[in-house]
Amino acid sequence: MRCDQISLLLAANADESEALLPEPAQHVAQCLRCQAEAVQYRRLLRDLGSMRHQLVAPDARLLDEILAGVRPLAEVTRLHRKARRKAVIGGFAAAATAGAAGAIVIATRLAARQNIAS
Amino acid sequence: MSVPEIEQLVESAKSGDAQAFEELVKRTYTDAYTLAYRLTGDEEDARDVVQEAYLRVHKGLSLFRGDAQFSTWMHRITANCANTFLGRRGKHRHADLDETTSVVDPHPSHDPEHRADVGDLRVQLTDALRVLPPKLRAVVVLRDIYDLSHIAIADELGITESAAKVRLHRARKHLRELLYPLKADENMSSETEEQDQEAARAM
Repeated sequence: MRCDQISLLLAANADESEALLPEPAQHVAQCLRCQAEAVQYRRLLRDLGSMRHQLVAPDARLLDEILAGVRPLAEVTRLHRKARRKAVIGGFAAAATAGAAGAIVIATRLAARQNIAS
Repeated sequence: MSVPEIEQLVESAKSGDAQAFEELVKRTYTDAYTLAYRLTGDEEDARDVVQEAYLRVHKGLSLFRGDAQFSTWMHRITANCANTFLGRRGKHRHADLDETTSVVDPHPSHDPEHRADVGDLRVQLTDALRVLPPKLRAVVVLRDIYDLSHIAIADELGITESAAKVRLHRARKHLRELLYPLKADENMSSETEEQDQEAARAM
């Protein structure tokens, strides 16, 4: 096995998520060049990981631009919620009215039947 | 008065609190911009990507279940927006670089070897990332800097998990060659490019 055949395997193996097969592992164990490359891959991953909390400062206007884009959506959402709330309250009111009307009708009929029976 | 946690802001924003959403944007937009900048390699593009990402966050916040951290969810949306943006730009402005193409930066000031004297690791890494083809850059940034899973990366970039892994390994190889060249790398580069192309065809 040659060093150039190992290189991508070392890149895959750098975070130890994919173990080397026996043959490449044997080559690396005996090859100083591949060992040096493996060390460089680990260093690369460490260096990349260190970038996670290094922030790049955006242009000062960006926040205003984002908020200006989002505010109309927020307003639409607010109006939708308000309309939905009104619809729900209206629905409850209609149901309650219908229920009350039904109860009156039933009570009236019951009273009429009682009058006829007596 | 105590400062609300991100999770509290998310919950308040989900229930329609516009101020909570704005506070959420204020707390997270620099991080989102940083990722967008690393993915696009351009300040103006990164701004466009971040604005689009927050519109999607606003529309989709009610679907955020909180299984993952908000920052992870935000990173996935930003990555998806950047991918869409770069795809669209590629169609309109130029063909994307082939991911197996060897990369030569025409600007010496961007050359990591040139900048090695500066001794600033961050600058060298940023420059090396910038010269990678966008498709390779995206996977290595999302995996090795932001620790997204292979599956998440594949989902957001619209590729298979195995393609995401192949791109990642190739990106690491390019970066290693750019940042810490071994003497034999120059002789090997033409051979390995052919092998990369064979591997890409085999997929």
